Amino acid sequence: MFDFLEGYDVLGAFWMTVKLTALSAVGSLIWGTLLAGMRVSPVPLMRGFATVYVNIVRNIPLTVIILFSSLGLADVFGMTLGAEDFAVQGFRLAVLGLVAYTAAFVCEAIRSGINTVPMGQAEAARAIGLSFSQTLTLIVLPQAFRSVIGPLANVLIALTKNTTVAAAIGVAEAAYLMKTMIENEAQTLLIGAVFAFGFVVLTLPTGLILGWLSKRLAVKR
Amino acid sequence: MKLRKVTAVSAAALVLALTATACGSDKKDDTAGSSASSGSGGKIKVGIKYDQPGLGLKKPDGSFAGFDVDVATYVAKQLGYEPNQIEFVETKSADRENALARGDVKFIAATYSINDKRKAKVDFAGPYLLAHQDLLVKSDSKISKAEDLNGKKLCSVTGSTSAQNIHDTIAPKANLKELSSYSECIAGLQSGAVDAVTTDDSILAGFASQEQYKGKFKLAGLKLSNENYGIGVKKGDTATVNKINKALETMVSDGSWQKAVEANFGPAGYKNEPAPKVGVIVK
Repeated sequence: MFDFLEGYDVLGAFWMTVKLTALSAVGSLIWGTLLAGMRVSPVPLMRGFATVYVNIVRNIPLTVIILFSSLGLADVFGMTLGAEDFAVQGFRLAVLGLVAYTAAFVCEAIRSGINTVPMGQAEAARAIGLSFSQTLTLIVLPQAFRSVIGPLANVLIALTKNTTVAAAIGVAEAAYLMKTMIENEAQTLLIGAVFAFGFVVLTLPTGLILGWLSKRLAVKR
Repeated sequence: MKLRKVTAVSAAALVLALTATACGSDKKDDTAGSSASSGSGGKIKVGIKYDQPGLGLKKPDGSFAGFDVDVATYVAKQLGYEPNQIEFVETKSADRENALARGDVKFIAATYSINDKRKAKVDFAGPYLLAHQDLLVKSDSKISKAEDLNGKKLCSVTGSTSAQNIHDTIAPKANLKELSSYSECIAGLQSGAVDAVTTDDSILAGFASQEQYKGKFKLAGLKLSNENYGIGVKKGDTATVNKINKALETMVSDGSWQKAVEANFGPAGYKNEPAPKVGVIVK
């Protein structure tokens, strides 16, 4: 029944999905944390930039962002990200697009975490002479992160599924292979089921593990 | 006060949702009624593509144009349906087999190449056109054979047979960009981001014949593969296959076939193959 799988590198395609997810997750965590820091900073210009960025980027469909990174940045503005080969270029552009998009959601998750930290914590930090960046990195963010592991897990799961959009610019990940297989095999339902199962295997453990962690690490108040 | 506001808003939302569902179910009843009466001289549903100029294109005013559309209209007429009784339905590549199996459409004329794996799922009438994988290049391009492609920048659609052919056999060393539609590739060709676009010559000719691209592009004429376009019919519906085959033979013999080819691909300088004989598949 599953003989149509022969001749296709299904595991390789899912490995590409994992690589896309992992790189984008790290990138968007860094960029998202910076954005969250800006959104609560005392400097109006930084606050304004982060607010505008988050509200614009998270309201643009991911497909538009990914296509813009390929057709706009690469084709029109000649931004190749150091890769001449289209396959490598597509991968890097996809990571760039996914980071730009996911960071907006990471930022909002972390900002909600910052709101769970009582005002008194920041006031006490200021009282003993810590600067804003010290207050944020030493007192507020460590507590904030522990309370938003659950929401961040959701963002990570959404990101895993969003990597399928990268197929639109030719990144050879799972959804790309699925298109190829449907084109050749004419077995839409079975192939669809195989790839759906692959994504369940990727996302379900993530959800379970991070859900368990978020319960263990949450700061009980 | 606040609570009351929330209740009011949610009530409004609920009412909206209910009316929306009501509309939905009404419509469903309508279509069910029409499909039930389709046997008695009602409508016939035909699958085509909406986004391929020259073959199957939905125009802004809602009408359809292209070679596939002309063939489908002719075949439907032979089956006893006037043009105003034809309802064109979009069948994307991935959805063609299921649309036939479910009975959503009577037949599909949508750049549907006949191959063995597809034949296991659906029956084919025809072929009605022999196309070849080819390259579309700028009019002043020097690419003239497959070997020229290695190291060149090429564009095709994600997962398409043409893209796979380039990877596997024709030019594994070419730098292949894969996008989600041919129009994006054509835009890249125009801006110089890629050197050539590859897919079936019929599809390329359709794009090159469009008003805004006239004179800018040319077909390289390489014949990199053979694509026998057939008309897909539900598996086991031999009666319809035979009727469509007869219609296709008439279409060729009375000259309508040649007229349709010239009308749709003419401006691109597309040298079409002679009309294929029904049942003869060129490997």
